[in-house]
Amino acid sequence: MALAALCAGRAAAGAESPQDFAQIERGRYLAIAADCTGCHTGPVRGSPFAGGRPIETPFGMVAAANITPDRETGIGSWTDSDFDRALREGIMPNGSRLYPAMPYPYYTRMSKDDVRAIHAYLNTVAPVHHAVHSNQLPFPFNIRGLMRLWNSLYFEPGEYKPDPHKSAAWNRGGYLVEGAGHCAACHSPKNFLGGDRSGQRFRGYSLQGWFAPDITADPQRGLGNWSDNDIVEYLKKGHNRLAAASGPMAEEVEHGSSKMNEADLADIATYLKDQPGQADRAQPVDSADRSMKVGEAIYLDRCSACHKSDGTGVAYLIPNLAQSSSVNSRLPLTTVRVILQGADSVATPAEPTGPAMPAFAWQLNDAQVAAVATYIRNSWGHAAARVTSEDVSSARKDLAKDKD
Amino acid sequence: MARKLPAKDVVIVGLGWTGSILANELTDEGLDVVAIERGPWRDTATDYPPAYAADELRYRIRHELFLRPEQTTFTFRNKMDQTALPIRTWGAFMPPNGVGGGGVHWNAETWRFLPTDFVVRTHLTKRYGAHFLPADMTIQDWGVTYEELEPHYDKFEYLCGTCGTAGNLRGQIQEGGNPFEGARSRPYPNPAQQQPFGPTLFAKAARDLGYKPFPQPSGNMSRAYTNPLGVRMGPCTYCGFCEWFGCGNYSKASPQTTVLPVLLRKPNFQARDNSEVIRINTDRSGKRATGVTFVDTAGNEWEQPAELVILAAYTIFNVQLLLLSGIGTPYDPVANTGVVGRNFTHQTTSDVTSFFDPAKFIFNPFIASGAIGMCIDEFNGDNFDHGPHGFVGGGYMGQLQTNGRPIETTPVPPGTPKWGAKWKQAVRENYQSTLKPGTGVHGSMYSYRDVYVDLDPTYRDRFGRPLARMTIDFHDNELKQNRFLTDKFAEIFQAMGAKQVMKEYRKGPYDITAYQTTHLCGGAVMGADPKTSALNRYLQSWDVPNLFVMGATAFPQNPGYNPTGTVGALAYWSAAQIRSQYLKSPGPLVRA
Repeated sequence: MALAALCAGRAAAGAESPQDFAQIERGRYLAIAADCTGCHTGPVRGSPFAGGRPIETPFGMVAAANITPDRETGIGSWTDSDFDRALREGIMPNGSRLYPAMPYPYYTRMSKDDVRAIHAYLNTVAPVHHAVHSNQLPFPFNIRGLMRLWNSLYFEPGEYKPDPHKSAAWNRGGYLVEGAGHCAACHSPKNFLGGDRSGQRFRGYSLQGWFAPDITADPQRGLGNWSDNDIVEYLKKGHNRLAAASGPMAEEVEHGSSKMNEADLADIATYLKDQPGQADRAQPVDSADRSMKVGEAIYLDRCSACHKSDGTGVAYLIPNLAQSSSVNSRLPLTTVRVILQGADSVATPAEPTGPAMPAFAWQLNDAQVAAVATYIRNSWGHAAARVTSEDVSSARKDLAKDKD
Repeated sequence: MARKLPAKDVVIVGLGWTGSILANELTDEGLDVVAIERGPWRDTATDYPPAYAADELRYRIRHELFLRPEQTTFTFRNKMDQTALPIRTWGAFMPPNGVGGGGVHWNAETWRFLPTDFVVRTHLTKRYGAHFLPADMTIQDWGVTYEELEPHYDKFEYLCGTCGTAGNLRGQIQEGGNPFEGARSRPYPNPAQQQPFGPTLFAKAARDLGYKPFPQPSGNMSRAYTNPLGVRMGPCTYCGFCEWFGCGNYSKASPQTTVLPVLLRKPNFQARDNSEVIRINTDRSGKRATGVTFVDTAGNEWEQPAELVILAAYTIFNVQLLLLSGIGTPYDPVANTGVVGRNFTHQTTSDVTSFFDPAKFIFNPFIASGAIGMCIDEFNGDNFDHGPHGFVGGGYMGQLQTNGRPIETTPVPPGTPKWGAKWKQAVRENYQSTLKPGTGVHGSMYSYRDVYVDLDPTYRDRFGRPLARMTIDFHDNELKQNRFLTDKFAEIFQAMGAKQVMKEYRKGPYDITAYQTTHLCGGAVMGADPKTSALNRYLQSWDVPNLFVMGATAFPQNPGYNPTGTVGALAYWSAAQIRSQYLKSPGPLVRA
């Protein structure tokens, strides 16, 4: 299948002048798919591209740049090839290196035409004069030159290569997931330097105090029990019969996938459902275990009014814990965090309700949170390692630091 | 000196049921709308989560969700020759406070009024003759008919996901529903909730006595529901913490669970909480509202100019704002002139507590929801011949299982000590085998010349404004009505096999300390004649056509049902007229 046709997507690519509406419109759509505004927003009201938002990385803070076409503080003086080089190679016009908080290791999979379309679109937004000091990392990570080494280890530049043995839908999905969508940026396990661990792609990873769950076909920890339509609904509406998006994924849905067309989301589902999950299975904690008994009592008393005694919740309103990959994640981070802090689910045009989970940090102690988390992670067919009081205690400390 | 804010198309005073509905309808027209709410913001998960939503001490006893008397209060007296005193602890009713208003803490009984309720004076005069009504009774027709309101009742019920069994579907009487209700265009959006043992037994006894029992229409969800705005609710868990409480699991219809999620997404809507409107401003002619003045938490005064003003606060505060703003002619009960403050009403309720044999009856009173229960309507409105009885009006009655809460609901037989070991023993023995509906007889209160609201001559609020003063007492008509209804109600419990039935008749004088309902009505009523009504049939002020007044404030008298269904229907009725007529040609919608 022809790469050009694949990358052009569903919006027809027209003649490429800076005023070409079809190209600008395609760029607007791709900017949504790439969720540019998720990071490049900031304090300037009414301009989601003016930057300044601090992005938390395991190494420190990086502030998102101003990507409006302001010539001094934005990217107004950049040429198409400057923009292409930044997005697909991680190198700025002055030759300095970007940090992979800007997901160029994924954007590199996008086609030159699509990146040019995004640039064409960004050139149409109102320029905002807003200087951003991007690099707020501590030594030695503040040395941008170190990224040369990082890139040599973990960065594999190059456009997405379609698999000729797979369908057009699979390949379109792959192009979006691997490129603009940069799903692996959160959902793939990383090594200690933040590089993707090979062979474990999309099997879930922790960031910003959340665990971005496994999104492979793993039926226990991943999306194996989700239909294609479940995935489409989740990305489009933020809610489906089983789950609700909250935390960083709520932002992605709000700014990104809820605005994408359903055909693209269906292709993403096709691709994700074909990603291999982990083979090994965790052993469930014995239901006769004391923490399971205590956890069950707390669950029935505090949780079951909404999530029901059997964990099934209410479709599109209260998440189904019995079939939740977040609950059954390798690490209990999200479960513990949501019990402690509560969570706002995303509200979208299709699902405006935006129900919220209340916080229990004030009411349950570490041992109680650990017990109820252990219980829900080992009930209804789930199996996962026991959650300890120490896990909860350290999550509490992290949350206290993060006032966001 | 108030600082002036940029003008809006619409300013709404109060963000409860009617404020939210009007805001949603008018923002749909593309208008720029701001709602100003005196109380705090309220969200389900942060303000009444399941972890402490069921805190009886906090909510029921200490009134967490209600207006704090330090914010404002009003004064009360029974008779015109008495001196009114300020209310310092709420008793007879609970003025709401905060976003969602009474919709947060109601029981969610969602009734329609009878078709004859809307033409009550015409109807009663025709059936019994003009002399049948007491001379000082000032009941009047509404200026709107049930048939006109039906589509709007329907809209409100589908917004709320009301659960019930239709009794009259397009004129066809339905088995299991209320045969006295007006024709409804379609069934309730959800089936009635499952009934506990007590209401089931009540329904059987009522049927044996020849009545037609039916489930009370309820805004507590019998199943998961998605309303026409796309907002979702979960099924009720029958927790029994409904009235006085917020619902922690999205199961009770409220502005928060039905309309606010959609409204808050709109860029042309803005809300200001913790801000109290102190005045509606008018131009020099007094015939046009120019906006409102409000005070924020820091004590700063702001002027919010607007083309259209919607008054959507609690009944008596709507009346107070009209009086303080000099809009409409204040009612004078001596001269019998003026309209603002006139036809103020409340409710005539009573209860029956029935003690059964603990060895044979286990009622599990804690399996409860706000509006669960079985009712009969044979003695409501003019559903029965009042000729032999010498009174008018009536009410529904029913075994409503609203709660088995440990502080409030510990019924003991008469003669039991009020505390100590014997009291504890009696509570233990009777808790499971006693039925106490709470508001078993839900009777009307008709309007009278000497029951009204005006401004207090002495007491002032924190802004120096005169408090509203209510003058209210029961009249013989209501007390007779209550005695008749309570006796009929008690007969059913006797038929159920109660070993002891305790009747608690409503007695005069009107007691401001004893809870009845929160259904204060009237004071700026709707009607066809500007001499006897403050609002026309579309809830538009006769005097200031760019001012509309929502809520039970517009009820010319209080029929024998909970008001919220009709409050919602009137809000949609008024909104529809604003959208279809007023906005095209702002001005009086009815020529006086």
